[in-house]
Amino acid sequence: MLAIDIGWGTTLAIKTLVILMLVPTGALILGYTFLLKVMSHMQSRLGPMDPGGFHGWFQLIGDGIKFIQKEDLTPAEADRRVFAFAPAVVVISTFLVFLVIPAGPDIVVKDLDVGVFYALAVSSLSVIGVLMAGWASANKFALLGALRAAAQLIAYELPLLLAVVGVVVQAGTMSLQGIVSAQSHNSIFGWNGIGFPLVLTQVVGFVLFLIASQAELTQTPFDMPVAESELVAGYMVEYTGFRFLFFFIGEFGTAFAFAAISATLFLGGWALPASWGISVGVMRFLGPGVLFAKIMGVAFLMFWVRFTYPRLREDQLQALAWKFLIPIGLANILLTGTLKVAF
Amino acid sequence: MSTTNPPLPELEIDPRLYRHLADAQVNVELDTGDMILNLGPQHPATHGTLRLVVRLDGERVMSADPVIGYMHRGYEKLTEFRTYPQVTTLINRIDWLSSFANEVPFIDAAEQLMGIEAPPRAQYIRTILTELSRIATFLLFLGEMGLQVGALTPAFYGFRDREHILNLIEAATGGRFHPNFNRIGGLKDDLPWGWINDTRTAMKTVFDACDTFEDLVAGNEIFEARTRSIGIIPPEVGTSYGVSGSNLRASGVDWDLRRDGKPYLAYPEIDFRVWTHPDGDSFARYWVRLQETREAARMVLQLLDKLPSGKIMAKVPLIIKVPEGEIWAETENPLGQMGYYVISRGATGPFRVKIRSASFSNVSILPWLLRGVFVPDVITILGSLYFILGDIDR
Repeated sequence: MLAIDIGWGTTLAIKTLVILMLVPTGALILGYTFLLKVMSHMQSRLGPMDPGGFHGWFQLIGDGIKFIQKEDLTPAEADRRVFAFAPAVVVISTFLVFLVIPAGPDIVVKDLDVGVFYALAVSSLSVIGVLMAGWASANKFALLGALRAAAQLIAYELPLLLAVVGVVVQAGTMSLQGIVSAQSHNSIFGWNGIGFPLVLTQVVGFVLFLIASQAELTQTPFDMPVAESELVAGYMVEYTGFRFLFFFIGEFGTAFAFAAISATLFLGGWALPASWGISVGVMRFLGPGVLFAKIMGVAFLMFWVRFTYPRLREDQLQALAWKFLIPIGLANILLTGTLKVAF
Repeated sequence: MSTTNPPLPELEIDPRLYRHLADAQVNVELDTGDMILNLGPQHPATHGTLRLVVRLDGERVMSADPVIGYMHRGYEKLTEFRTYPQVTTLINRIDWLSSFANEVPFIDAAEQLMGIEAPPRAQYIRTILTELSRIATFLLFLGEMGLQVGALTPAFYGFRDREHILNLIEAATGGRFHPNFNRIGGLKDDLPWGWINDTRTAMKTVFDACDTFEDLVAGNEIFEARTRSIGIIPPEVGTSYGVSGSNLRASGVDWDLRRDGKPYLAYPEIDFRVWTHPDGDSFARYWVRLQETREAARMVLQLLDKLPSGKIMAKVPLIIKVPEGEIWAETENPLGQMGYYVISRGATGPFRVKIRSASFSNVSILPWLLRGVFVPDVITILGSLYFILGDIDR
């Protein structure tokens, strides 16, 4: 896949290393930009300004170091092994999502034919970790939080998938690279100035996807599993130190992953419109940057909502999913299919 | 008012719950039992140390028992060992968000026993500061209510806007939280130079802040969905539990001691509207406090216009001795009806003081109010009742 053949072993090692670095880095970038800076600005505060010199960029790393130093507490009545393993499950599911997300013409770990399906499937593995954490903590708040998380993630998996079906129908492929190249090469009624980012026709799908991914990420207005004013911190309540850091990385890493998926599916991913005539060689270097810019754009929307809205109640959340999002998603598929056949 | 409470209205239980109970009876293995959840004493939603023992069936509350006393400081007893001027220092700390308003009824009681009346200017300044502390308390509530239903941002706006008011109180009295500014017969100091203009400017920011909260919180669909028809207090139940203040006015009871009670301070001389809301739910309580914040700002502007000149201290003896007697003085505090029953035996300090604080009675309705609601609604209701732990435990 790379230009120089360096043997599959080395390639694998490089890929593993990149993915291992990517998740914490993405989590840090989102955490710093949105949690510390954008949120502070929206709430008319400064946020941390001192550590590191420039606008307190070192704060999150400092926080990480602090977490590592903390004592790793396990409640006396906890199911020790499950308790210890749960954060890892959450983070692993985040790592797995990144395997199929393309960041350039050939910068992808494995371009699966069912890439979309795979990404959404592994992203919901994290609910197992959440349930494990809640159950093993031997804490009622944690248990309530975990059960809420499970109910919520199951309910919102469906609108998430339905939102994506429209894209798959229009692009005609489930491979993420295929979807990217379709958006780059297609034209709008013969005009190919900006390619054909699918958000133009799949606005409903895009909005549905953002809402559902907000719920999958357990962010406000769907943050009942960690509702700090009710359940203190939900399933995370008994975790300290490094294991808590795992949950933090999992949360923001998954936010990064979902932003990447929606940027790829709806905004054209790493690619610039084919008509601009940028060569493949240049795109190898430009692609990750383009993707990153789009990710930050989508992430801004996600976090903007997070910092603005209050929290729904559990029954209202379920009603929203089953009564509104899923019917709208189905109608969107029907419309997309009809138009696809008609044109 | 009768001494016994009227029988509790029958609680409507969701039919789904009946079905669940019936299932549990038929098939004993399915009976999961109730879960006892301890909310507090250290829980972010109780802002202080209120403990709620909640029996849950799933997420539905079967019963809730508030346990109080974690913050009991024995102020009623302590007042017996203080002189009258020293007592204000203590009662500052009952409801710490609106401490100035706490001083007023006690000073009122002492002045009435001694037969002293503070000069008009002092009365006006007292009224202004009472209304300012009302604004400060409510601005915090308006933001914090957002936090209780999950929106973080309004809480920061609440703190930010309250800062203007606290600065004013500090400029006038020297203390941000515990002014201890009232004296028997008047006030410690006159207003500082330029304070009146600063206050006028600050009232503009209060109006702006109220608009922001109306837009950002009260106008939000999710907030409405979370608070409408949650925690309804019918007027007769509210009065029977002794709920007072904005909580009662949100149930449609048009009762405000500033207008309906024994005239005190400068309230008889200004125009103001008593806001009520017919619904009695959490949203109504939010809405009423929002309107009362605006009304308080309007009252402050009125008072500033009418502020008379003159002395701020009446003639009082050097050593204050209150003649024998008993008296009950009550005022409309931000949290509700606040009163002191003072018994004097002619010494320099009170013989006995009974403090009637609003939050204590407001919280007593919780076991009735919380039956049958969901866990998230518990937090909404706690937030909308707006109690201060110091005001409950004293």
